Amino acid sequence: MYFRHIENAAPATGVATSELTRRQFLKLTTLAGSGLSLGIVLPGCGTGPGGAGSAGAASGPLAMPFLRIAPDNTVTVISKHLEAGQGVWTGLPAIVAEELDASWDQMRVESAPAKVPMYQNLAFVPLGAHAQLTGGSTAVANSWQQLREAGATARAMLVAAAARQWNVAAGEITVSDGMVAHAGAGRKATFGELAGGAAKQPVPTQVKLKDPRTFKIIGREKLPRLDARAKSTGAQQFAIDVMLPGMMTAVVMRPPRFGARVSSFDASKAKAVPGVVDVVQIPRGVAVVGRDMWSAKKGREALSVTWDESGAEKRGTAELMKQYRALARGKEAVTVVQVGDVEAALAHAAKRLEGEFEFPYLAHAPMEPLTAVCRLNPDKCEIWAGCQFQTLDQANAAAAVGLKPEQVTINTLAAGGTFGRRANPESDFISEVASIARATGGKYPVRLIWTREDDITGGRYRPLNYHRISASVGKDGKVAFRQRIVGQSILIGTPFEAILVKNGVDPTAAGGSAAEQYDLANAQVSWSQPKVGVPVLWWRSVENTHMAFSKEVMIDELAHAAGQDPVAFRLTLLGKHPRHVGALKLAAEKAGWGSPFSKEKGRGRGVAVHESFGSVVAQVAEVTVSGDKITVDRVVCAVDCGIAVTPDVIKAQMQSGIGYGLSAALYGKITLTDGHVDQTNFHQYQVLRINDMPRAIEVYIVPSTNAPSGVGEPGTPPIAPAVANAVRAATGIRLHTLPFDLAAARRA
Amino acid sequence: MSIKLTVNGATRELDIDPDMPLLWAIRDHLQLTGTKFGCGMALCGACTVHIDGQATRSCVTPVAAAQGKQITTIEGLSTAAGRAVQGAWIGLDVPQCGYCQSGQVMSAAALLAGNPKPSDTDIDAAMAGNICRCATYVRIRSAIHQAAETLAAGTPAAR
Repeated sequence: MYFRHIENAAPATGVATSELTRRQFLKLTTLAGSGLSLGIVLPGCGTGPGGAGSAGAASGPLAMPFLRIAPDNTVTVISKHLEAGQGVWTGLPAIVAEELDASWDQMRVESAPAKVPMYQNLAFVPLGAHAQLTGGSTAVANSWQQLREAGATARAMLVAAAARQWNVAAGEITVSDGMVAHAGAGRKATFGELAGGAAKQPVPTQVKLKDPRTFKIIGREKLPRLDARAKSTGAQQFAIDVMLPGMMTAVVMRPPRFGARVSSFDASKAKAVPGVVDVVQIPRGVAVVGRDMWSAKKGREALSVTWDESGAEKRGTAELMKQYRALARGKEAVTVVQVGDVEAALAHAAKRLEGEFEFPYLAHAPMEPLTAVCRLNPDKCEIWAGCQFQTLDQANAAAAVGLKPEQVTINTLAAGGTFGRRANPESDFISEVASIARATGGKYPVRLIWTREDDITGGRYRPLNYHRISASVGKDGKVAFRQRIVGQSILIGTPFEAILVKNGVDPTAAGGSAAEQYDLANAQVSWSQPKVGVPVLWWRSVENTHMAFSKEVMIDELAHAAGQDPVAFRLTLLGKHPRHVGALKLAAEKAGWGSPFSKEKGRGRGVAVHESFGSVVAQVAEVTVSGDKITVDRVVCAVDCGIAVTPDVIKAQMQSGIGYGLSAALYGKITLTDGHVDQTNFHQYQVLRINDMPRAIEVYIVPSTNAPSGVGEPGTPPIAPAVANAVRAATGIRLHTLPFDLAAARRA
Repeated sequence: MSIKLTVNGATRELDIDPDMPLLWAIRDHLQLTGTKFGCGMALCGACTVHIDGQATRSCVTPVAAAQGKQITTIEGLSTAAGRAVQGAWIGLDVPQCGYCQSGQVMSAAALLAGNPKPSDTDIDAAMAGNICRCATYVRIRSAIHQAAETLAAGTPAAR
């Protein structure tokens, strides 16, 4: 039997077969292709029943790469991006619907298959990467022109079909709210009625896009989310909900320390658990497969594994932070930014401040634990998952099962959150399920579920970070800023290094500093990269979580030291940053910054502004400090994200970013002791709950005619510094260590 | 072992371990996937169902303890409060990733069944067991208030 062969060939030791080499990755992601035509009409369209003969009156769909108009009058947008809550299943259809002049009621959405260059993320093409991925808050931004053209192209073909059918001039035809009409001829038709005929029309090579001032759907204050109903009724399908005939469920026993490997295992007790069907070794551990989750989980509890921990990371976070502090005082560092003469400016400053900042490892902890389903046949592998990086997931799954990438079908389902976790160089959970399918010989479809404990202890955290800053204000009001950052690189040593790391600087470790975001004549930012065996990853807004914090807290403290208002002080440093100014002024105005704040004991107000992923967000936080408890009462947020495609989704993303950032500010912390992760579930890795969510969050969008930029991540960075600044205003206590611990800060 | 469960009005006999948490019986054996797994320790509320009308974490409730009781999952939620909650959830576009929302809706429906006009403080207390990593909390509060108004007006919106 074919699969018997594979089973016997399964590696006896933990060989990471799923790891792609850098060369393979580059080859894979730089297959530029011969150019993508938006106007491709997919095979099969217009050839359905009644399609032949009567030109212009055929029934059938109009199927194109980014949308499909069906005879039932639905318009389905093909989303190349993962919907993980950020609203792309509403934002992308809105762009298409606008140029198509569709009715919002007829819009539908589905996930695209894995396919480059057709569905590549255009934001990464200039960097030389041709890959399908959702990340960097790029979904709407990189789809903007592409989907406008797709919508306009389909509209032109509908009009051409109507013109032919009605024997009128195309220029006299109007399209509005999903209806194609010719007033003179007294004719009208739905998109569905015209779709088959439209599919027979030549694809226009050039289309005219709308004047943004005439937008009706884009920018509509309340455009209902296309997924709200399914997600309010339990009908939305996630990977964990996939049910295939004969499907088994697997959990994996992974090493107790990062870098350890399976030495040997005894499956006898696990196999004795009723419902357990297989226990197999895979590159990342030992998988227990059962007829349901309960039996697999009980089987894992009965499993005995001996680990080879010779290569494991055995340090704890306290020890690591001690080493980071020492590194920050050493010479070994790469220069990220160098402007003017920072040493001279610091030496002659009127006011000078020193700051040390500590940031813990953070788990993403999406509500849907990592889950993937695999069905393996001799020449085909199918994956169902909330795939965030389809191109790499496909390649990693192929490597794990010993097939070619084109033999792997990726079914991207809605993800129950990701915050970056589901896009990682090894496609960890997808490689695992593929490895299990291979090791079990493809006998049955298999669903891998990570438990919450697997998730919290599983690594790929936001890196532990230490920042050391000297900052000053001169008599001339000029600010000097010297910053040393110590933190693991996310990119170096991964396939992304070749594309994104320049001059030894990992932009995801040290980007977004004061030197970049304020007008500073004298600044220096340098970065030291410790080697640690704890795997790290991008965590909602990546480096901006820590970079915005130390920047905005130090700037605020400088303003205080100089006896200036924090908003006014920032404005003097933002002459070359008009979008920062716009967002900051709007937030300040709406928060009533110009009026004196409450003099009540324990109450304070703070501000922060930060640009990330092409968008600028300013937030004013109002807090009450009572004993050691910080309550955030109100947040006023202003965002400049270019043209606001779906304003209500943008507001939701700001609310979400604030909640996610506040969770890290108040609670988020992963610690290790002797290489073992100390937290296992939500009782120890605490996250924000509704009782800590500010009662009032107001979001304002800065009017803009610029192309859209990101909203999924930029709401997160400013909240923690805004709250820290508010607490300092209320109490005088400087919060430099996250998560906030007022009692510890009082002692310091 | 044979376990009899009455879920959404239908009684089914399952050959499962009596210690199996209700969550996995509902999901893996009854194929009702609206109820979600989030933590397995009653810490996040994603698995919330109603047992005899009470919001209950199914991930720590053994099936043996649920026998003979009326179990309602999101798929079977049909009370006036449930319909009002779902109508408000959709109307205010509460969900983002949506994964926790079945549990949120079940907790909110149970809250309104016992307290038809909850304050923000009541809401925070009743809903603090349900984690949403997308932090849709502001809209959850608004939607519960809206659902309460709908119920008070006596015209629960159809879902």
